[in-house]
Parts: sequence; structure tokens; C-alpha cells
Amino acid sequence: MAEATVKKHGPDLSAAVKDALLSGLIALGLFGPLVGLRTEQNIRNELVVQGRWGLLASVIAVIIVGRFLLLTLVWPAMAARKERVTPAEAPSPVRQTLSRWFAPASLIFLFLYPAIVVSLLGFQGSLKWVDNFGIQILIYVMLGWGLNIVVGLAGLLDLGYVAFYAVGAYSYALLSTHFGFSFWILLPMAGIFAALWGIMLGFPVLRLRGDYLAIVTLAFGEIIRLVLINWRDLTNGSSGISSIPKITLFGIKFDASPTGFAKMMDLPVSSAYYKIFLYYLILLLALLTAFVTIRLRKLPVGRAWEALREDEIACRSLGINTTNTKLTAFALGAMFAGFAGSFFAARQGFVSPESFTFMESAIIVAIVVLGGMGSMVGVALAAVAMIGGTELLRELAFLKTIFGDNFNPDQFRMLIFGLAMVGIMIWKPRGFVSSRQPTIFLAEKKAIAGTLVKEGHG
Amino acid sequence: MTGQNGTPLLSVQGAKTYYGKIIALKGVDVDVHKGEIVTLIGANGAGKSTLMMTICGNPRAREGRIFFEGRDITEMPTHEIARLRIAQSPEGRRIFPRMTVLENLQMGAALDKLAHFDEDVERMFTLFPRLKERIGQRGGTLSGGEQQMLAIARALMARPKLLMLDEPSLGLAPLIVKQIFDVIGELNRTEGLTVFLVEQNAYHALKLAHRGYVLVNGVVTMSGTGKELLQKPEIRAAYLEGGAH
Amino acid sequence: MSETLTLSRGAPLSWETNPVLQVEHVFMRFGGLIAVNDLSFSVGRGDITALIGPNGAGKTTVFNCITGFYKPTQGMLRLQHAAGSTFLLERMPDFRISAKAKVARTFQNIRLFSGMTVLENLLVAQHNTLMVASGMTVLGVLGLPGYRNAEKRAIEKAKYWLEKTGLTLRADDPAGDLPYGAQRRLEIARAMCTEPELLCLDEPAAGLNPRESAELNALLLGIRETEKTSILLIEHDMSVVMEISDHVIVLEYGTKIADGTPTEVRNDPRVIAAYLGVDDEEIDLVEETLDEITEGTAT
Repeated sequence: MAEATVKKHGPDLSAAVKDALLSGLIALGLFGPLVGLRTEQNIRNELVVQGRWGLLASVIAVIIVGRFLLLTLVWPAMAARKERVTPAEAPSPVRQTLSRWFAPASLIFLFLYPAIVVSLLGFQGSLKWVDNFGIQILIYVMLGWGLNIVVGLAGLLDLGYVAFYAVGAYSYALLSTHFGFSFWILLPMAGIFAALWGIMLGFPVLRLRGDYLAIVTLAFGEIIRLVLINWRDLTNGSSGISSIPKITLFGIKFDASPTGFAKMMDLPVSSAYYKIFLYYLILLLALLTAFVTIRLRKLPVGRAWEALREDEIACRSLGINTTNTKLTAFALGAMFAGFAGSFFAARQGFVSPESFTFMESAIIVAIVVLGGMGSMVGVALAAVAMIGGTELLRELAFLKTIFGDNFNPDQFRMLIFGLAMVGIMIWKPRGFVSSRQPTIFLAEKKAIAGTLVKEGHG
Repeated sequence: MTGQNGTPLLSVQGAKTYYGKIIALKGVDVDVHKGEIVTLIGANGAGKSTLMMTICGNPRAREGRIFFEGRDITEMPTHEIARLRIAQSPEGRRIFPRMTVLENLQMGAALDKLAHFDEDVERMFTLFPRLKERIGQRGGTLSGGEQQMLAIARALMARPKLLMLDEPSLGLAPLIVKQIFDVIGELNRTEGLTVFLVEQNAYHALKLAHRGYVLVNGVVTMSGTGKELLQKPEIRAAYLEGGAH
Repeated sequence: MSETLTLSRGAPLSWETNPVLQVEHVFMRFGGLIAVNDLSFSVGRGDITALIGPNGAGKTTVFNCITGFYKPTQGMLRLQHAAGSTFLLERMPDFRISAKAKVARTFQNIRLFSGMTVLENLLVAQHNTLMVASGMTVLGVLGLPGYRNAEKRAIEKAKYWLEKTGLTLRADDPAGDLPYGAQRRLEIARAMCTEPELLCLDEPAAGLNPRESAELNALLLGIRETEKTSILLIEHDMSVVMEISDHVIVLEYGTKIADGTPTEVRNDPRVIAAYLGVDDEEIDLVEETLDEITEGTAT
């Protein structure tokens, strides 16, 4: 038996060589035309085919060597690691403390973040870090937490979530430019409008399940976007709405006027104050989302959402009105998107249908799935990774020195993300945080393994 | 009982299976010889179904070996194991709910490219007349018990060398349970069908089987002929009699 | 057959004088298939009533009609509470049948919320009571004490049923981690947390070993005794049906072929032919004694 075990994991070199060469052959067939041949126009406007044999050879060499290494080193090592896993291993105390203190520590960090950045880089230098990283990420954290109610808790796959974000943004943009209402009145209104749209969408589609629900919500998202483009009288079409009023702090404006924030506080004029103010505003909005979600999970409605995700038929047999339960999930999720939308409009000062494409919905869904459906911490981490990662790519100018001046890391964003997502889904198939925390306990709170938790089916 | 002394048809040697980090089988040894009916009894959660699934390679045994006709199948992909003609009527039935009864049976016979399909289907309909009445109905619309019959019939359609049945009596009317056990015994006697049977209904199973194994918490604690096991007081107390009678 | 059975008896039948559920001339058609064909029966208040019959006879379909998962093509299902109110189940959507008419059920292939803990499962079952207490969520979000007290009471009730079903030690474990027999018990506990007037159990003993079946019998008898809940169950395990039920109804091809006490039904030749086969236990007993004799002579 020992022999057999060794044989099982010991790399079989000749087979590996054969396999690697075969991969090389396949790669030749695949990349031969794609990489090896390049067409160019010469001076007489004729297409000429050029061979890039060196590049092709290096691509194929990489594949052969890579495959060989995978077969002989990586996979056997992974199999051996799997073998070594001891049964019923409790999470190490370090890890337990880490997970217990992670949320409060990161909360403190978030509140101190602008101060840290300003003290390191000064007001002017902090702009990029507070705005592009802080605010941008927090908007997506909030959107992720909002969608988490629908997808993660209630198990309803919504691919048109960005529609509610758009409703919120346009509510603020239109009502503030036309009627001059302040942000603080329009923020709740935008949330209510979005929630109403959520219910309106909910009624017809909640009878659908799974793939069908996903497709119809996707279509709904596109309809909203197309209406925004084509209803030119109201929305100004694809040119969008500009000069949307900024947010004021109890009537105090963030500008260079004598009544502005800088003058009143006797500070040098800088746009950084407004950004920092916006940062704290979105932080509070996101925390509101988190607070409400955490509370709701412990209330009957939240438990009903999760029960719905686990088994809808059993819910009905227990007297739960599943239609209402789904509608509340949809409406609440939409409401938070509406809040985020009105904030987005105020921050940008400009909205156009461009910002509400399917790609946005897809990114938000990806954040929820990547984070681990239902987990607040996981979703926040995923938002940091996805959005922060995107922003970080813009910063990697030094890569040009390696890959040449034509290299623009931004263009490779999607490629890198695609690869990263595939990688993460292999490594952690149920997202960063896969376990579920029970909402109540008698004696001892034990996390529930992700394998037992259902993903919902529409 | 044939071939007791030769190489067993199926031999499970020291199989250990885990679900994540939880160990379900703690080193199980089971042999099934050609032409035998072997039953595995044990309480709920003892690992009976896990052993059956492990033989099919899903989940895989992390330690130990499984041999079929002397061939090591421990690492073999499940579909290739099925091609060796190990047919299974799994826990939870697992029929194809959107295919008709007849289509389900065709799936069972797919290995032979339907060579003796008509003949075999007729045989199944004699065994389970109920299925004949439902021939064009979709599997998912059958009642629980009818689905159970379909799962067993589908397994038999493969003309298996080894038939593995996971609780065939589950959810079936007493009359049908009796018929199914009769049929298994009959096929064993007339065609030498080898059967590995997991049953909650220990009394029937032990009476039918040539040999039996008792599984407790992932370990085989006892084995012997069906008759021997039936007579053991500890078995009677644990699996045959209803509690405090 | 059933008519003659009913008529031949002098004393009035308990389930006809004081029924909790009356099923009257119910038909259920699926396309061309008639699953339930002019079925009428009564379930007595406080009784354990068993619905038995060959596979595919339409037993689960009847359950689905009673609990609102199917709308019967034709016919009436009248449920009467002890307090007097009457409900016509065929006119109510499924969740209202559980919430208002107080009919709870379990499923043939267990449907627990497997990723939620045992305790959470029992709290979800008390959704409607808790929902009112949480002021339709609004008061609950604000964290007012009214809801907290209601939740405490709900936990007490859950504990009571955990105790009864022997699951107290597993309260904080995910339901999907429980062994099969415990899952069956939890499903019953969850149904009981809705405080049903009628409890419908679809094959509660399927997959249980004899010992677990006996425990189930004790649990069900206890429910009848202390909660006064009427129980309607589908079961193939005759050790359960014959030992605990007061009333047995036999279906075949969607129609009733027998209806009476367990003794009457088990001796009914039609039931034996269609369902039981020749009396199982008798033959087994004979064989067993024979076996023992041969063993004895051999040694």
C-alpha cells in the first residue's frame, strides 16, 4: 500500500514530458495564427503578413515549461498538502483573534484614514488617495452590501442592480438642478424612489427563478439605461446632466466664497476639505447599510430571507409569505443603491447613462460573489480588492520601463481581473469568507461551513 | 456462494474518506466475491452511503485502496468506474427528472449502446409494472416510491457485474419491498448477479444476504454470514428491535 | 367497501362525529393523468390518522392539496378548529394555510434550512408571531424591548421542542450537519413550532431504523397527548402505522379502498392484495422459528 501511495504522488517524468510536449503542440495550433502571424500595411497600402516566430517560440516554450512544472512540481505538492490536512483541525487561536478584531480595527482605520493620508502627503497630495481610493472604494462597498441583501441573504440573483443606482443618481440630478432641493432632502427621497422601482420590478419578476430571474433583471437594467439615453427632454440623453449642485454641510458650502468652509474655518482654500467631507459622508452611509443589514439579519425578516435562500417551499409550509419577503429584500437593496446613487451624482457633479452600464452591475455582483455571499466583511474586502486593484493599476507607471512605452497597464485591467477571479475561485470557491455566522445561539456560537449554506436559486 | 477463496470481485482495503476535515470512514475493509449478496448495515450517519460513494470515486478515499476485478480503481474517475459495470442506485434516487421513464432507462443502458435494450426494458416492466404505466411520464413527476423503482431499474439496465443499492426499500410500500428483495435474490440465483446492499431494513437485508458487515461510526465492527449476524443479540438489540420493547 | 365497513358498525365513528379535516369529493388531474379521483375522508380531532397505499397511489398529492401546494381540480377541503372557526383550504394560498388555518407539514425528502442552525430553523417557524412583535421590522430595527421579549418567548418554545425531540445539545449546529434521524425529528419540531391544529407528516419514518422508528412513535404519541394536535401521516412502515394510529385510510389509484381502524384495515383482503402482501410479520415469524429449529438440530 505504501508503494501505491508513493506512486500516486511521485511525478512520472516521461509522462510529464509527453504531456508538456502535447500542450506545446496544441499551443502551436492555437497561437500560431494568433501570435505568430501579423498583418501590416506597407507604403503602398497593401497588407503584408509578417511572421513573429521569435515571440511564438517563446510563448510555446513558456507553455511547455509551465505545463511540465505543473505536472512534476505544483500538482504533486498540492496533492501532498491535501493529504497532510489533519482531521477536525480547529482554527488556530491567532486566526480566531484576527477574525474577531478585524472588523473593529478596520473601522478605526477607516475613520483615521484621511488624517493619515493628509499627515503623510499634505492636503494637495491626499486628494487622489481620499477620492480615487477612499470614496470610490466605499461607494462600491456600499453597493456590494446593498446587493448582498438581495443576492447573499435572499439568494435572488439580480443582474440589473445598477438600475437602482441610476434611479438614485438621476433623482438627485434632476430634482436638485430643476427645483434646487438640497442633498439632505433628496438623499432619502432618492432611496425611496429606488425602493419603489425595486418593488415595481419585483412584482412581475419574483415568480421567476434562477436563470430566468437573472436575465429579466439584466433586461430591466438595460431598459432603465436606454430610457435615460432616449428620453432626451428629461434626461438630456447621452450627454447627461451637468453642474449638479454640491453637497453642503448644514448650508455651509465647500468653495472659495466668503461664506465657504475654508474661509469660515480660517483655513487656506483647498478642494481637499470637500473630498474629506465626502469621504466621511459615504463612510457613514456605508456604515448605515451595514448597521441595518446586521440588525435585519437578527430580525424575523432577515431570517426569512436566509430561509428563503435555503428552501423556498419549506418557507411557504411555515406560513411565510415569500412574495412579500422577496419584495422587502428587493426594495431594501434598491434603497441602498438609491442612496449611493444620489451620493454619486453629488460627488461627480455630472451624470450620464455611461456610468450605469451592465458592466457596473457585473462588477457589483462580482464583488458579492468574490467576497462570499452573505458575508459583510468578505464583501468589503472584495470591494477593496476589485476597485482598489483597478485604481492601483493606474499607478503602475513603472511597468512601462519593463514593457516599453506602449504598455498601458489600464488596458490589461480586465485581463488581470479575469485571471485573478479565476484564481480566487479555484483557491476559495465560495469567496473570501465562506462561512456563515448564525444570528442567534443558545450555548455557543459556531460558524457554519460554507458547504452547507445554499446559494439560492432565484 | 461462489468464489469465496479466489480474488474478490470488489475489495475495499483500509479506505479512509473525509468530508473536508471530518473523517467519515476510518479505514474500512470490505470484500465482495463474485455471485454474492453482501449487505452493509448500521445506524444513520455510520458512513454506509459514504462507503458506497467512495467505491464510485466520489468522494475519493484519501487513504487505502479499492480494487475491482483485481484492478486498482481508487484514483479512477467516476465515469470510468461506471464503465467497469459497477451500477449504483444511489441515495436520494438521482433519477433524471426532466427525462421520461423510458429515457431514464435508456440512460442506464447507454454502456451497451442499447444492444439488448428491448429485452431488458421488458424485464424491468415485468419487475415493476408500475413503471410501464408511467412509461412516457417525466421522472420528476413520479411519486417518491416510483422514483425509487426507476433508480433500481436504471441500475439494472446496465447489466452490471456489481449492483450497488443504497436503501432500495426507502419509501416503498411493503408489497414492493418484498418484491424487490425477491427480485434481487432471484437475479442472484439465476444470473449470478453480485449485489452490494446498504439497508436500514436490517432484518430483510440480512435474511437475503450471504454475508453482512456492520458499520459503526466509520468502522466495521462485525462481519459474518447473514444468519450469524441475525442471531447475534447485540445486532438484534441495535438494529432489529424497536428500542425499549 | 369502505361504505359497508362504516355501515356495519353500530357506534358512531369518532372521526365522523368530530372531524378536524373533511375531504369531500376531491379530484386532482395533471394533464390527462388523474392522480386523485373523487376522494372523500375525514380526519378525527385528536386522532393519529394514517394514509397508506401503494407507491404512486396519490398520497403525497392529497397532502399537497391539503397544504395548498396544489389546488385540487375539484372538491372541498374543510378544516375546523377546536375553537370553531372553519377554513376552506382549497381557496387559500399555501402560506396562509399554515399561518391562518394552522396546518403544518413535513416533507418526504427532508426540507430543512440546512445552512442555518437548529435553533434558527425553529425561529423561522415562528416567523409570523415574531414579525408582528417586531412591528413589521420597524420597531425591531430600533431595538425596542417588546421585540426582545417576544424573541425570548420564541426561544423558550424552541427549547421546549428541542427538549422533546432530544436535540438540545445540537441547538447551535447547522441543521445540515445532523444525522438523518435527527433531521427528521427537527422537521417535526419545526412544524410544531407553528402551533398547528393539524400536523401532516409525509413518511416520517422513511430511512429510520427500528429503534428510531420506536422513538418516533413515542414522540408522536406524546404530541397527541400533550399538545392535542391532530396528526395525519403517510407511512410505509407498518410498525409505525399499526402501532400508533387510531384510523387508517388506504388509497389505490387515487381512490379510497379502505377506511377504518388499524385492525379492520390490516385484515381487509383488498388492502392485503394491493398493498400489504401476505401478512409480512407472520411469515417472518414462522420462518424465523423454522430457522432456529434447523440451527438447533444442526449444532
